[in-house]
Amino acid sequence: MKAGAAFSLGLRSVAPILLGVAPFGLIYGVVALQSGIPPLAAMAMSSIVFAGSAQFLLAQLVGAGAPLLLSAGAVGLVNLRHALYSASVAPMLAHLPQRWKVLLAYLLTDEAYAAAIPHLLAAGSDSSKSAPAHWILFGSGIGLWASWQLATLAGVLIGTQLPPNLGLDFALPLTFIAIVVPMIQSPALLLAALAAGATAVALAALPYKVGLFVGALAGLVVGAVLSEAMRSKRK
Amino acid sequence: MNIWWLMILCGLVTFLIRYSFIAAEGHFQPPSWFRRLLPFVPIAALTALTMPELLLVQGEILLGGDNPRLWAGMVAIAVAAVWRNTLLTIGCGFLALFVLQQSG
Repeated sequence: MKAGAAFSLGLRSVAPILLGVAPFGLIYGVVALQSGIPPLAAMAMSSIVFAGSAQFLLAQLVGAGAPLLLSAGAVGLVNLRHALYSASVAPMLAHLPQRWKVLLAYLLTDEAYAAAIPHLLAAGSDSSKSAPAHWILFGSGIGLWASWQLATLAGVLIGTQLPPNLGLDFALPLTFIAIVVPMIQSPALLLAALAAGATAVALAALPYKVGLFVGALAGLVVGAVLSEAMRSKRK
Repeated sequence: MNIWWLMILCGLVTFLIRYSFIAAEGHFQPPSWFRRLLPFVPIAALTALTMPELLLVQGEILLGGDNPRLWAGMVAIAVAAVWRNTLLTIGCGFLALFVLQQSG
């Protein structure tokens, strides 16, 4: 696969997610202005921080006048799960020059990772090694980035009131379902998913989305322990 | 407090989290158990993101007919399992949500 084809594959794979990202970005723009953040800063946050749910939190913290270090710590907690994505894609990007690694790390969001990962795994198992994983990830990353900038700009410019809730945000969980379900191909993967989901639901009341991170960790441990147990049983 | 310094700090924190393992790759030898966790990252992380969206309504677990997103999500899971098609899954999920909201 050539670079252009891989880039366009990444772009296309993130497209369904944009349906859910657009209203999300619009609402962020409105919430940021309501929190007293100046329009220029509200807009700049989308490229400086570039993290959907963390930007909502940060807008609220600014509105509440929270101290600097506490706010940065909270944003760090909300985004902690991105370290898992970083670990997941790191082996595929190992051979790249530094500027590629920096760029792809900056673009590494839930949505871009989710859209790209089935194709990245397929590319990784491709013995010809011809599919450039970084172009797939760049395609999904820049597609999401550009739409996030446009959606938040629209929110800042025209959104003096919250848009009507059309339920379009449901596109995000639906897309994640469409990505995850076909990947569940072993009992270990199924139980990893169930453990992660159940833990995240049980801990949903914890602040700063810590439950999401702990839930993901629970899934990793359950999955790895089970697959190890099955492997040793087969011997 | 200057909003710009706050944003730059938060942007830096976010970037460093995303860059962490990508930057470290090749500079340290991760233990073997660490490598065995990685295949489960996509499924564990994305399910942890999705399940609360389906099961929780304003922080409470709702399993009844008054939670259309849960049942629309179940339809989407079934469609995804059988047909493995992204657009079909999203379409059927939205259709189910719409039907359930109209009838509910």
